Amino acid sequence: MAEIVLDKVTKRYPDGALAVSEMEIEIADGEFVILVGPSGCGKSTALNMIAGLEDISSGELRIDGSRANEKAPKDRDIAMVFQSYALYPHMSVRENMAFPLRLAKVADATVRSKVEEAAEILDLTQHLDRKPSNLSGGQRQRVAMGRAIVRSPKAFLMDEPLSNLDAKLRGQMRTSVSKLQRQLGTTTVYVTHDQTEAMTLGDRVVVLRGGIVQQIGSPQFLYDHPANLFVAGFIGSPSMNFVPATLEDGTLKSPLGTIPLTDRVRRLAEAADAPREVVAGIRPEHFEDAALLDDAHRHGGVSFSATVDVLESMGAEKYAYFSLEEDLATTAELEELAADAGAGDVPGGGSAVVARLAASSEAREGSPLDVWFDPDRIQLFDPAKGTNLTYSA
Amino acid sequence: MAIGGAVTPGRKAKWAIIDIIVVVYALVPVLWIVSLSFKTKDTLADGNFIPRDWTLQNYADIFATDEFIRPLINSLGISIIATLIAVVLGMMAAYAIARLDFPGKKALVGVSLLIAMFPQISLVTPLFNIERELGLFDTWPGLILPYITFALPLAIYTLSAFFREIPWELEKAAKMDGATPGQAFWKVIAPLAAPGVFTTAILVFIFCWNDFLFAISLTSTEASRTVPAALSFFTGTSQFEDPTGTISAAAVVITIPIILFVLFFQRRIVAGLTSGAVKG
Repeated sequence: MAEIVLDKVTKRYPDGALAVSEMEIEIADGEFVILVGPSGCGKSTALNMIAGLEDISSGELRIDGSRANEKAPKDRDIAMVFQSYALYPHMSVRENMAFPLRLAKVADATVRSKVEEAAEILDLTQHLDRKPSNLSGGQRQRVAMGRAIVRSPKAFLMDEPLSNLDAKLRGQMRTSVSKLQRQLGTTTVYVTHDQTEAMTLGDRVVVLRGGIVQQIGSPQFLYDHPANLFVAGFIGSPSMNFVPATLEDGTLKSPLGTIPLTDRVRRLAEAADAPREVVAGIRPEHFEDAALLDDAHRHGGVSFSATVDVLESMGAEKYAYFSLEEDLATTAELEELAADAGAGDVPGGGSAVVARLAASSEAREGSPLDVWFDPDRIQLFDPAKGTNLTYSA
Repeated sequence: MAIGGAVTPGRKAKWAIIDIIVVVYALVPVLWIVSLSFKTKDTLADGNFIPRDWTLQNYADIFATDEFIRPLINSLGISIIATLIAVVLGMMAAYAIARLDFPGKKALVGVSLLIAMFPQISLVTPLFNIERELGLFDTWPGLILPYITFALPLAIYTLSAFFREIPWELEKAAKMDGATPGQAFWKVIAPLAAPGVFTTAILVFIFCWNDFLFAISLTSTEASRTVPAALSFFTGTSQFEDPTGTISAAAVVITIPIILFVLFFQRRIVAGLTSGAVKG
């Protein structure tokens, strides 16, 4: 077990491309940290640098307080789980899991007991003598985990370990990874592009974009207090709605109507020296069907009317999609997020406002709906710099 | 299974006939030699496919003298050593070509291709002179060295194709599991490349075993003469006697190691050895 410190760690490829820029993270002993971001944001490169599979161009990596930049992967005592599992196909499950111990020249009896112990934890005991090619995807994934845990390394590195599993299995494995990590108490760095995994697994989440750390914090903190447009758009599913808006005489003129600013929002916006033109963000779950609220409740907020284009009923809740007369806010950050989500491939995707309504809502497709929201929930962003103007730690 | 259609009796018959034609075409010369080797001296030229007079005298004759046994030992020794060295060197070179980016990589591949294309006959005279100067003429190393040179391009080409198929992540995984680069290569990559290694070994062995040109030019005595060269020195008991029978028997005998070699290694060439390594 160990603490891992990345001190201005930078990765620059020989062709000049900057993959990771001055990354600074202090990972405490036993902590579960998630590196998250869209494809190409440098999260896997960062992980490979911690592993020692890629060289660090500048900066310092410290494991347990000592510099590890020049250490070979085998001398770092770190285990890694790969996206493709990377099991040795010519070895049985038992041999796969024993491989790191054999390399470390551990005595036979110890190897056997450690492998069996790990197999027990991962429910692989009856598969120990099978070859990886005869295992299902979930079993292979567990063998990969087993190979990592047998030698009780200082830290686990996981590179999108669940992304090759189907949705149901991924959900189950997510829970067991989380349980396993808590049980073993080993420092873990986990890379994913799945924001559900990021929200549910980690003690802290590091959001990366283009090799630059955007924000580090607990999942709930990032959700409630995103530092910028990118984090706001990345964390949360469905993602936050963004509309262009103008600050005018203490109100916010937006496609959702004229919204009075609450004291809190106004104070924060003034302190941040907000420009006139801003991007207003509001999460789908902060909307509600106005018809479901009593009068007293309604007065505390703002309502607007819009036609529901598409209604998705999830059983426990409903998602209403409606388009506005004006275009939604677009900035470089939001376009990058939309591109990563594949919105560009779907006509009209990403141009609708999404509201999460209670299941009892009587909203219907094609009919107008009064939508209510609390103006205090609004977050304002600088369209040029992307910073959150209403950020408060 | 036949591709594109049900297996009807008509189709089956058609394939059976084609198969038989191919097999007969390939095997008749071989069977002819086998037949000759069992014929007595008197019936040798009678033109019968099946000998009328069976005898093992030809086999007894060739094993009775050093004229055949000594070259057989030379052939086995030289071919096995050359194959071993060529395959090991080829593995390392092929791995480097498939995995690493180093200056001069293209040149290395180009030069090895050039060697493979070079007409061997044009090198015989220079090699003869060089080897006599160096004292390598008529020794085992004198044959092993040129065999390795000409087998290496073949080995590198075949092996690098196999190495390219192995997922790179396996090597990273081995490194993370605590392996040195050498251990990662010998414990993870090499076993997975085994089908390629065996295929290459068969090809290289056959090349060395069957070589006649270098064997006849770079040897002069039984110290290093291999079987293909020795066969051409076979004589009858008198100068009027035709050694066809003994040559046939020797030809049959030297085919056996190749058949054994192929059968032995073929079982190791299991397709799909890497399946299950990575999701794919």
